[in-house]
Amino acid sequence: MVIVSHSIKVAEGIRDITQQMAKEVNIIAAGGTDEGEIGTDALKIQAAILDANTGDGVIIMVDLGSAVLSAETALDFLDEELRKDVRIADAPIVEGAIVAAVQASTGATLKEVINTANEAYTLRKL
Amino acid sequence: MSKYIAAITAVGQAIIKNKEYLTELDREIGDADHGINMSKGFEAVINKISSLDEDKDIGFVLKTVAMTLISSVGGASGPLYGTAFLKAAVPAAGKIEIDAITAQAMWQTAITGIKERGKASRGEKTMLDSLEPAFEAFSEGVKTDKTLFECLELASAAAQKGVEYTKTIAASKGRASYLGERSIGHQDPGATSSSIMIAALLEFCRTQMTGGV
Repeated sequence: MVIVSHSIKVAEGIRDITQQMAKEVNIIAAGGTDEGEIGTDALKIQAAILDANTGDGVIIMVDLGSAVLSAETALDFLDEELRKDVRIADAPIVEGAIVAAVQASTGATLKEVINTANEAYTLRKL
Repeated sequence: MSKYIAAITAVGQAIIKNKEYLTELDREIGDADHGINMSKGFEAVINKISSLDEDKDIGFVLKTVAMTLISSVGGASGPLYGTAFLKAAVPAAGKIEIDAITAQAMWQTAITGIKERGKASRGEKTMLDSLEPAFEAFSEGVKTDKTLFECLELASAAAQKGVEYTKTIAASKGRASYLGERSIGHQDPGATSSSIMIAALLEFCRTQMTGGV
């Protein structure tokens, strides 16, 4: 799993919360620009996807705006072979990351993990 | 320095010069970072291409520009302009000079790349509102056998008109779309940065023709 946020701290924070729920899942934070400022960086995301890949597919969680564009750009830089095993989740980033990672830790397929992440939209807080 | 590296440097300097202006426009309808991000990106670009070997072709240089923008801009304009330069690099591969026909092909693939990446079309108050009419004016020039410089003149005028047009429409893409109708009356920063780049390229060609630096 790759966590893409405009902020390094947010990406790392979500990784930490998620990791606590799903210790065996390989989660890589890809927040901020190459200089550590607020923003997103497609090359950093590409490197994170390669790091996160253990052969079972990679799910990318994104926050807003350019995070989506940068993640899509990162997909363009991947080998054809790997690209088909990488998906961007259309989900709220915190809830989505947690439910997806928990699902992934049960040995679910990439498709099941993505569906679970996307269903996080329906989680109510109150 | 090769001519094309000088041309890209001139384009970058124009963006850097307009840093405050672009940021001010973005403050009105966005997150006030367009000038800062673009200027940061082009500072990195100028730095990077100035150290490239002289024998690198235009395709290679444009790819370098693209990758630098993609990793250093930070905002949505990074992947968008980055993708545009990456696509433009394809018809320019192996070339050390650009004629009007090649420039037209580069422009076409760049616009297609931006549309695919941003899932946007003209009329949504984005960079496409200056880039696309500029491309059409450029193509019209090519069709009537005008020189590359004359085609660029037509393109630059159309881009500026496109920028004016963005004041009359509401944004449906990007941060400004959160404002909806309230974005009317404001000029789009992305359309403006595109127009600035085209104008800078035109000015660069003018100095080349008059023998200036």
